[in-house]
Amino acid sequence: MKTRIQRFITAGLLATLAGFSGAAAAAEPASIGFIYVSPIGDAGWTYQHDQGRQEMEKNLAGKVKTHYVENVAEGADAERVIREMAERGDKAIFATSFGYMNYMLKVSKKYPKTAFLHATGYKMGKNMGIYNARFYQGRYVAGVIAGEMSKSNKLGYVAAFPIPEVLQGINAFIKGARSVNPEATLSVIWVNSWYDPGKEREAALTLISQGADVVTHHTDSTAVVQAAEEKGVYAIGYHSDMSKYGPNAHLTAVTHHWGDYYTKVVEQVLAGTWKPESFWGGYKEGMIRLAPLNPVIPEALQKRVAQMEADLKAGTLKPFAGPVVTQDGKTLVKAGEVMSDHDLEKMNYYLEGVTSKLPKK
Amino acid sequence: MDGNIITSILFATVVAGTPLIIVALGELVVEKSGVLNLGAEGMMSVGAIAAFAVTLHSGNLWLGVGAGMLAGVAMALLFAFVALTLLGNQVATGLALSILGVGLAAFIGKPYESEVLQAVPPIRIPFLADIPVIGEALWNQQSLVYFSWILFWAVLWFLFRSRAGLVLRAVGESPSSAHAIGYPVIRIRYLATLFGGAMAGLGGAFLSVFYTPLWVEGMVAGRGWIAVALVVFATWRPLRVLLGAYLFGGVMVSQLFIQGSGLDINMPSQFLSSLPYWATIIVLVMISRNRNLVRLNAPVSLGQPFKPES
Repeated sequence: MKTRIQRFITAGLLATLAGFSGAAAAAEPASIGFIYVSPIGDAGWTYQHDQGRQEMEKNLAGKVKTHYVENVAEGADAERVIREMAERGDKAIFATSFGYMNYMLKVSKKYPKTAFLHATGYKMGKNMGIYNARFYQGRYVAGVIAGEMSKSNKLGYVAAFPIPEVLQGINAFIKGARSVNPEATLSVIWVNSWYDPGKEREAALTLISQGADVVTHHTDSTAVVQAAEEKGVYAIGYHSDMSKYGPNAHLTAVTHHWGDYYTKVVEQVLAGTWKPESFWGGYKEGMIRLAPLNPVIPEALQKRVAQMEADLKAGTLKPFAGPVVTQDGKTLVKAGEVMSDHDLEKMNYYLEGVTSKLPKK
Repeated sequence: MDGNIITSILFATVVAGTPLIIVALGELVVEKSGVLNLGAEGMMSVGAIAAFAVTLHSGNLWLGVGAGMLAGVAMALLFAFVALTLLGNQVATGLALSILGVGLAAFIGKPYESEVLQAVPPIRIPFLADIPVIGEALWNQQSLVYFSWILFWAVLWFLFRSRAGLVLRAVGESPSSAHAIGYPVIRIRYLATLFGGAMAGLGGAFLSVFYTPLWVEGMVAGRGWIAVALVVFATWRPLRVLLGAYLFGGVMVSQLFIQGSGLDINMPSQFLSSLPYWATIIVLVMISRNRNLVRLNAPVSLGQPFKPES
């Protein structure tokens, strides 16, 4: 504790000194702050962001020094932490959870020289940019794998909250599955929690008992993959490679990577060229990737997956290309057209193939 | 609805209810002695990580379960010392114990977040498990599920059929009278509290070793609080605790099944998620609406510190 305080004081003194002698400032590594909503752990949302932080620090070795605060609740605490980071002179601050949005916006107005970056939100400011990843691109490929690997043609999805980001994933997954297997259907169970291993497990077991033989999840624990392993069905992980939690069950995982983006942004901030933007990266930007495929996936399918990933990278494959038909048979996007980002961000329905009904808001 | 689905709903209900039953029955005994320990969540958390860590290192499930219970007892001892010996406020001490336990477990558990345990195979009871529909659900379960039923009968017998139980209840009703006729009130309360700690630790062990064989921070996810609430809403009667726990588990599991089955339910999923809480509270309040009986069952000295005179 004492050493940490000492470090803080030293850092503060150095920052002041650097401020007095402009020449010395260039030599001093810039401090970059990260705020995480949960403990880093060994897999999951925060873990992936922390990997990104480490990658960025390595890429910009000597030029930056990063620090982070984990397990910050999405409330008044967040504001305090962000303010502290700005106050100690961080050049850029990354807040990696939706609920930090309003607090960050508020603090950003008081520190116009600091670059503020918020993940998954929608509010921007003069010195606050936002960034997110096109998770649905990976979900689409995962759906193709699930559609091919399923024998019962029933797929299962354990989901946290019915917000657009989660619905994009669900719809991309069933669209991918039905592109190769028109018989495929998808059941969705909402657990109303990002994180409750017991409930996630119950939901997965429920789906499996209702006949699903490939299950996936949009929640934060590894419980779904473990449940699938126990019941001898397939699972597709999320966030991180979860193969060690279900060596037989784990087909692959939709993973997200932030290192390149963090490096790019911090370089811009250091060069003084950074401008707040809304950044939504996917395969092309290296933000989305599949974890190594399980060898049970036939070679031919593996090759197709590789091709699809290449097409996503090249931008020629669009998961929400028409025809996009909702569960009730309404055509939203005609063949030959592609759903706009604007419409994607407002998604609040299921596509055809989903057998569950979306709970009303 | 075919038999298979009923079986799997029943099965999942029993599993979801088990940790609640074990922890709530422990808490019931504690409260019957007049001590209110709100620290169940913390004791469960510490029990969960202790059981997980020891099972992982030793490879022996039962050593792990023992460690979980011991960890629960250690936490309860801390509570007992502050609340019973130093006469601290029981509500405040219990709350502190909850917060401390959750944080302590997260701290100890840091290196274990990436580890996994082998799933424990269930124990199948011959013949009974062959009964159609309910057999597979009730008699092909984890050992701790069977234990929770034994615990239920043991608590019932202890409280209402044994002399020691009578003394315990007397201490909860009127510690000064019990003290006057020569019963060691503080020692009895200590023992009850430690028993409650052991059961909370065991409930935690069930979560981290049997239910979802992994450790992650916050995995108890409020189950300790539900157990504490169950005791009160069940008006301190073991059968109602059992009923409430299964009702809670049952409603939770059924709403998942309904969602998965594709029925048009037309309700916010947030409401569905809160349904188990609603259902449990409403049912238990309904069956416990006789005020005189509630007053009869509630330990009179609950939560009040006792200092033996002379």
